[in-house]
Amino acid sequence: MTLKDISFLLIAGFTIVSALGVVTFKNIVHSALSLVLTFLGVAGIYFQLNAGFVGVVQILVYAGAISVLIIFAIMLVMDTEVNKTNLPNPSLGTSLLGGYIILLLTVTLGASIWFSSFPISAQLAPKDDVGFLANLMLGKYVVPFEIAAVLLLVAVVGAIILAKGAEDK
Amino acid sequence: MIGLSHYLILGCILFGIGAYGVIAKRNAVAVLMSVELMLNAVNINFVAAGKYIAPAAGIGQLFAIFVIVVAAAEVAVGLALIIVLFKARKSVNLSDFNILKW
Repeated sequence: MTLKDISFLLIAGFTIVSALGVVTFKNIVHSALSLVLTFLGVAGIYFQLNAGFVGVVQILVYAGAISVLIIFAIMLVMDTEVNKTNLPNPSLGTSLLGGYIILLLTVTLGASIWFSSFPISAQLAPKDDVGFLANLMLGKYVVPFEIAAVLLLVAVVGAIILAKGAEDK
Repeated sequence: MIGLSHYLILGCILFGIGAYGVIAKRNAVAVLMSVELMLNAVNINFVAAGKYIAPAAGIGQLFAIFVIVVAAAEVAVGLALIIVLFKARKSVNLSDFNILKW
């Protein structure tokens, strides 16, 4: 057990526990705060994988922007008492069936991952992480990059029009 | 020794938790949050596979960034839809939204 392994186990356990919190808390504000912790844990996993740029983007976009957006939406659409906002499905059948299907999925997927071998490459990752990504993004993958930019623009305009309502001419 | 399988299994567990939330939750915002969990699980898989299988190509991290962009767009539109539905129906309970019929 090296230090890296121990830190992976700690971060992974933290991430899984807070993700469980997201689906088990009965108060949706608690769920949202637990979601922020999950995002931070996932960012820690990225840092562990030497993906510093993705980790920083994760903290900025997920733990910063998306969680604030979700908390705003929660406060805008709160209709009952706050500690009853995130109850599980009242029909026990749905919850049990959902739990069963997901357990099955996770166990089969996990077992198939565990017992298969992957072609681990011995190559080294480039030293200049961010510069390398920038070269890829504005070089070989410039079309997906531009499409993503247009998609973001369209989504933001669409969200504003949806929430505010367009004026009829 | 922590290897690629451990990261993939972590992603698998997170995906399962998110999928459970999508099936078992009734609050629309909670379902959206569970979808975010699933997207994060996929991102962990991308970055881990990118690091261990093709570290020189850098595609794993690039794809993770594209997934983050799409997730941000999805959350913005999804929350706007939820707010519009709440204005119309005074509820965020998914079992009240049966207006899409076939």
